[in-house]
Amino acid sequence: MPEDIGLMAHLLRRAGFGATRAELEAYADKGYEATVEELLYPERLPDLEYDLLERYMEEWHDRAATDASRQLWFYRMIVGKRPLEEKMALFWHGILCTGDAKVLHGRMTAAQVEMFRSRGLGSLRTLLLELARNPAMIFYLDNWMSHKGSINENFGRELLELFSMGVGKDGQPNYTEDDVKECARAFTGWTYTGHIPRYPYGRYDWQFLYDPADHDDGEKTFLGETGRWNGEDIIDIIVRQPACARFICRHLYNFFVADEPQVAQWMMSPPRDMAAIETLEKAYFDNNYEIRPVLRVLLNSDFFKNARFSRVKTPAEQVVSIIKLVDYFKEGFRPGMESIGYESEYMGMELYEPPTVEGWHYGKEWIDSGTLLERINWTAEWVGQTDLPGIKDIVDRLMSRGAMSPKEFVEGCLDLIGPVEVTEETLRSLIEFAEKGGELRQSTEEERSAFARKVGQMLQMIVSTQEFQFA
Amino acid sequence: MTTTKKDPVLVVVQLSGGNDAINTVIPYGDPNYYDERPALQVPEKQVLALSNQVGFHPAMGPLKKLYDEGKVAVIQGVGFPHCNRSHFRSMDVWHTCEPDKFATEGWLGRTIRDLDPTKENVVTGVNYGRGLPHALMLPGVPVASVANLEAYGLLPGIEEQEQRLSALDTFTRIYSPTMETSFTHEYLSQTGMDAFKGADILKTVPEKYASSVEYGNNSVARYLRMMAQTIIADVGTRIFYTTSPYNSFDLHGSAMTLQAKLWTDVANYVKDFFDDLHEHNLGDHVTMLLFSEFGRRVKDNGSGTDHGTGGVALVVGDKVKGGLYSEYPSLTPAKQADGDLQFNYDFRGLYATLLEQWMGLDSKPIVNGTFEQLDLYA
Repeated sequence: MPEDIGLMAHLLRRAGFGATRAELEAYADKGYEATVEELLYPERLPDLEYDLLERYMEEWHDRAATDASRQLWFYRMIVGKRPLEEKMALFWHGILCTGDAKVLHGRMTAAQVEMFRSRGLGSLRTLLLELARNPAMIFYLDNWMSHKGSINENFGRELLELFSMGVGKDGQPNYTEDDVKECARAFTGWTYTGHIPRYPYGRYDWQFLYDPADHDDGEKTFLGETGRWNGEDIIDIIVRQPACARFICRHLYNFFVADEPQVAQWMMSPPRDMAAIETLEKAYFDNNYEIRPVLRVLLNSDFFKNARFSRVKTPAEQVVSIIKLVDYFKEGFRPGMESIGYESEYMGMELYEPPTVEGWHYGKEWIDSGTLLERINWTAEWVGQTDLPGIKDIVDRLMSRGAMSPKEFVEGCLDLIGPVEVTEETLRSLIEFAEKGGELRQSTEEERSAFARKVGQMLQMIVSTQEFQFA
Repeated sequence: MTTTKKDPVLVVVQLSGGNDAINTVIPYGDPNYYDERPALQVPEKQVLALSNQVGFHPAMGPLKKLYDEGKVAVIQGVGFPHCNRSHFRSMDVWHTCEPDKFATEGWLGRTIRDLDPTKENVVTGVNYGRGLPHALMLPGVPVASVANLEAYGLLPGIEEQEQRLSALDTFTRIYSPTMETSFTHEYLSQTGMDAFKGADILKTVPEKYASSVEYGNNSVARYLRMMAQTIIADVGTRIFYTTSPYNSFDLHGSAMTLQAKLWTDVANYVKDFFDDLHEHNLGDHVTMLLFSEFGRRVKDNGSGTDHGTGGVALVVGDKVKGGLYSEYPSLTPAKQADGDLQFNYDFRGLYATLLEQWMGLDSKPIVNGTFEQLDLYA
């Protein structure tokens, strides 16, 4: 049973944002594969009740400002019942990047992420097509300024370099500069309506517009195939490429399994687990470029199950998993989302504002001396509050185990907050810390409240460890 | 113990949002100003004249006083090529010195690396604010980022002293490098120890501070006070950074009132900061740079201004040769760049000036090239 819980916790950290112990137990009863299936079909799970939420937070209705959208997104990740849907939105947002600092149209930027929610597990072809038609993207990468006879290559280039294939694989380039130009030509005339000045009446929603008069309908040769290609044809050609399968599967591996080198190095540095990538590539081609079957293979694989704690948690994962752990919203909506919505930014990840079109760098680059302190301090502040329902639950469960040694106490805390696996050295240091706290009695009311306090302090030490920074 | 000569310190204040250069250093001598700014104009007699052509906004009295003392250099027409008027992108260019491509290394990250190549002092660079600005980022270079000096450090929430000492002791042991850890773990150990050491150094800073100067009640003023405390405590910090929050200079509307309010604050906090340093005989050691990512359109939009290109930067310090630098770009419609001031001085030259003439560093590897410097120091 404890082993089931450890594996289930791993699955939920990756395919979701962690879970309380009670939720993990319920998933474990259901079984691993059944849980994977449930997660893979978020649309069958209940959605949030927006009408109700917007009565608390009216800014969440209009979503004109990214601050409001960001709070709502974090709230969805924390409270929503569709963890994988949110995880996929985060996954695609980090690859198919748009930053609102340039778009300056919060509702449109948020609408792009909404599109990732509905399309994120479906066919890559559909997703890329929707992306090419997405007004925020058309503005972000200047495709609205790309015209017949006078192309702007920005979108054409990033579609190949950052959104679908990467510059190269196995040391070989995936496309040429001519392919970039031909790609950009194929997307001329893909623009949007609603260029109304921002002031004084606010912005109108943008709509995709295909303008045949501005489309370059001439013959193009793209990746060796010649025809009068339009944008849709280009995407058809792209998704058939082995380079595309490699690129997307590597991203999935990086996000769900274990940290890979940064994307810019992929042309020269091979995947960390080539056999795993090949398995995923096969699933991609066997299933008509659908993402869901690839993830099914991934989540049920041994390479996934054996990859516990091999990714540095992203700031968004850190924030969401902690608020879930302490079960802050157990009794329903309450104030606090404003500050929670900013926290990930303080740790180095501002949703809706990826630092560049390359997205965030994953892995150890999340951690610098400023962000590490922010992570530890913020997290310690939450887990030290033993009156919060999730922490109180840990205290109660631990107390029900009766008398225990400092070692058993530490192991109990590590188990209930994760389970978290730590090195021998860390375990020894934590036990010594516990020993300094004196005996762990719980016969009087006073002793029980001292015990709760010690649990809070031990959890604070655990969240400060290196090990806890990994998912 | 004898005091050693202090090393020069650079303070950078980022005025986020795109400050309206035209209503900061006002070209009141140019009749085009009054034509182009029907709604947003400052009458000539209110302008704090710096010359018979330009003058400070009337809210900038304290800065005018410093200017008259010869301590403020006004860099006119500052900008960079191919500005696309995006806040994000433009700020990124100022942070990375790369106008033509996306880059990840910050110019001050490189500066800190060159100031302290062996990483002896983990607080060589300090940001006051939340989150680390791109300008300070460079993999492997430790930079402290402090939101509140009084409560800075690891696990500030643990108030009971004995408990806290025990927690910190455990932390240092957990983060001590061990034999068989992975590269990521080794990096984490190092970062954890850097953060811990930085916190240890900085937490002593407020204890050593006493001053008669009272700063205003806004976040940059509070952060500048923390900087003064840090400089006075002499912990070896050479680069300080802070940011005016929320893109507050982005005044598309209600600009007349808001511009005055913003610059009242800026002028006061700059003056308070230098008063504080003077009270501690440290005025000679500090240069402050104030910049914004771009200027605004020449023409107003009725109540504000939209994103433009060419801007103005200020350099303040006792050692600075005050005065007007570079040319004020022409407001003559035919000479505007598509409705904007045509920038005529590349900000990378200003960085190079500060790095070479003030910090004593080779600027080429930091600003990625050679740019025209100003003669800013006596």
